Amino acid sequence: MAMKISTDKFNDRVDKGLQDSFMRGAVSSAQERFQTRRLAAAKELGNWEDWRSHGEEIRQHVLENLDFYLEELSENVSKRGGHVYFAQTAEEATEYIQNVVKQKNAKKIVKSKSMVTEEINLNAGLENLGCEVIETDLGEYILQVDDQEPPSHIVVPALHKNKEQIRDVFKEKQGYDKTEQPEELALHAREKLRQEYLTADVGITGCNFAIAETGSITLVTNEGNADLVAALPKTQITVMGMERLVPTFEEMEVLVSLLTRSAVGQKLTSYITTLTGPKEEGDVDGPEEFHLVIVDNGRSDILGGEFQSILQCIRCAACVNACPVYRHVGGHSYGSIYSGPVGAILSPLLGGYDDYKELPYASTLCGACTEACPVKIPLHELLHKHRQVIVEKEGRAPVSEKLVMKAFGLGASTPALYKIGSKMASPAMSPFTKGAKISKGPGPLKAWTEAREFPAPNKERFRDWFHNRPKGGE
Amino acid sequence: MNGMIQNREAFLGKIANRLGRDRKKVVKRPEWKFQPQDEVLKNATQNDLVDVLREQCKNIHTNFVLTNLAELSGSLKEVVNNYGGGPVVSWKDERFAQYGLGKLMDEEWPQDGIGLHVWDHTKKEVNIDKANVANVGITISDITLAESGTAVLFSSKDKGRTVSFLPANSVIIIPKSSIVPRMTQAARLIREKVKSGEQVASCINFITGPSNSADIEMILVVGVHGPIKATYIVVEDL
Repeated sequence: MAMKISTDKFNDRVDKGLQDSFMRGAVSSAQERFQTRRLAAAKELGNWEDWRSHGEEIRQHVLENLDFYLEELSENVSKRGGHVYFAQTAEEATEYIQNVVKQKNAKKIVKSKSMVTEEINLNAGLENLGCEVIETDLGEYILQVDDQEPPSHIVVPALHKNKEQIRDVFKEKQGYDKTEQPEELALHAREKLRQEYLTADVGITGCNFAIAETGSITLVTNEGNADLVAALPKTQITVMGMERLVPTFEEMEVLVSLLTRSAVGQKLTSYITTLTGPKEEGDVDGPEEFHLVIVDNGRSDILGGEFQSILQCIRCAACVNACPVYRHVGGHSYGSIYSGPVGAILSPLLGGYDDYKELPYASTLCGACTEACPVKIPLHELLHKHRQVIVEKEGRAPVSEKLVMKAFGLGASTPALYKIGSKMASPAMSPFTKGAKISKGPGPLKAWTEAREFPAPNKERFRDWFHNRPKGGE
Repeated sequence: MNGMIQNREAFLGKIANRLGRDRKKVVKRPEWKFQPQDEVLKNATQNDLVDVLREQCKNIHTNFVLTNLAELSGSLKEVVNNYGGGPVVSWKDERFAQYGLGKLMDEEWPQDGIGLHVWDHTKKEVNIDKANVANVGITISDITLAESGTAVLFSSKDKGRTVSFLPANSVIIIPKSSIVPRMTQAARLIREKVKSGEQVASCINFITGPSNSADIEMILVVGVHGPIKATYIVVEDL
């Protein structure tokens, strides 16, 4: 699927999310568990702030010297016999991969989880060639079997589905006849996918971190699927966002330590694997041919600008798990494969304001994301920056905000109108007021009050109170 | 033979341009301001590290066995029996003989009807077929990380990658001397090898317990694509 996962309007997507009570329950309990584990893992280290600062300085150094490290990386991949293709656009990346696949006359392709391949809509490009493309991450496999449903969380793609729904998907599509126990469901997927690894022609992986000094790529999983994808098919293609690299093994180690703790609260996940080139002479397993595709697709436009720090992101989803807005609306509401605060910043940058101008407003600017980020991206400041850009340069704030601002501008422009407006506020709101709170507000207040209450306007205006107060400021 | 590099110059030129400068041809790896990784298990003795590893095994669903060189053969035999016996697949590694496992692997297991396939790169794909149906895969940790409970395995033609992935159960022998505080030390060891001109292994696995997933309702399932169960046998070799 492409980055854009829905043609519905933002408000409709949010409404859908708000009405999905299983999803909302699943999201809030997942958020709590992720948060608890992340905080425990951070606390255990004792000097978490130093770790974050170290992560930040590494990521910033790499971005400042990105051309140098990418050159070093590509030289070292090449020395080990791997091929490197630099793709400016999604189309270029897809076309190169299609050509490799055609050359190999490949029919079956196994994939391990990769956001950047989703971003460039690679699966569709390969299916157009008549290839069977199989996702092997358990969550993504479930979504794929269920007619290519989009992911709702960066780390747990099928978070919005319950086990009964998953059982029914397997039953309907694959004749599964066991229970909804997760162990049985996982065993079913294990057996199905084992055959796929062994018979696939090409394996495609993402890349958590490339290592410039050795020309290696690093894969981080708990399931071990990426390892089988990389070990069994004869051709391996790894696709990476151009910013996802580090100078040496030593920095990789630090970022992996930050990633696994921040993503799932583990000291390390079950499998961290560094792969360098194709297999060596005499090796039995491992690919005969290795291709590294380095993707720009809009990233270089972010570089050197006010949003550069978003490229520090290591895709841990800690910000997603901390976000009170994500908690209520869920991943699909963002309309992008990148959800939560990072998605609200990245999606408009990569996909444009036309599709994603509402996302920077899907935030309370509470800063929980910034606090959670292991590489210290000032996320809520970037969200705020987006709003400034949207209003100042693009001149297109969302309609509700425009109306409010317009009304305020008009109302505040003459004392007489302001007087009427502030006088009207309390009676106008009275049908929606319970005690001193508004719990089901109209118009621009609707979305806000669906999640929380809004204080009702005071019955006595400040002006009246000021005028009537006893002299002496009592 | 070197691989091809395509479209590099325009791509990197654009990056340099966006960064407002010419292409950088030399960058020195900086002295980092923060080095928190050195604080972890800073003054731990080798015995302390064994204790940390034992504790961590509880978090990663991994069976922990501590033994000495004299008892290793018996311990390994018992672990394999507890997993239901063979077929067994192992690396071709002279350390097995050094650790006194020759008799078990060459004589006892065949006598007990436990099939053993020792990785043999000349047999090519047969190795993968054997690993795919094996009940137990046996490997040896090259570096072991106490903090996270991680075995580090370097692949080679005699040390197939899939021995630790395809069999249903994974047994990793951990020489006590291989235990270091955390991944930091492993990364430095690997870098030293690289600097001394050694070629880094085409595959380095940092393995922390059996495979698992919480993709269904966030409920942990142990055993997904890789092994379902794992045992570390720590051997006192010091």
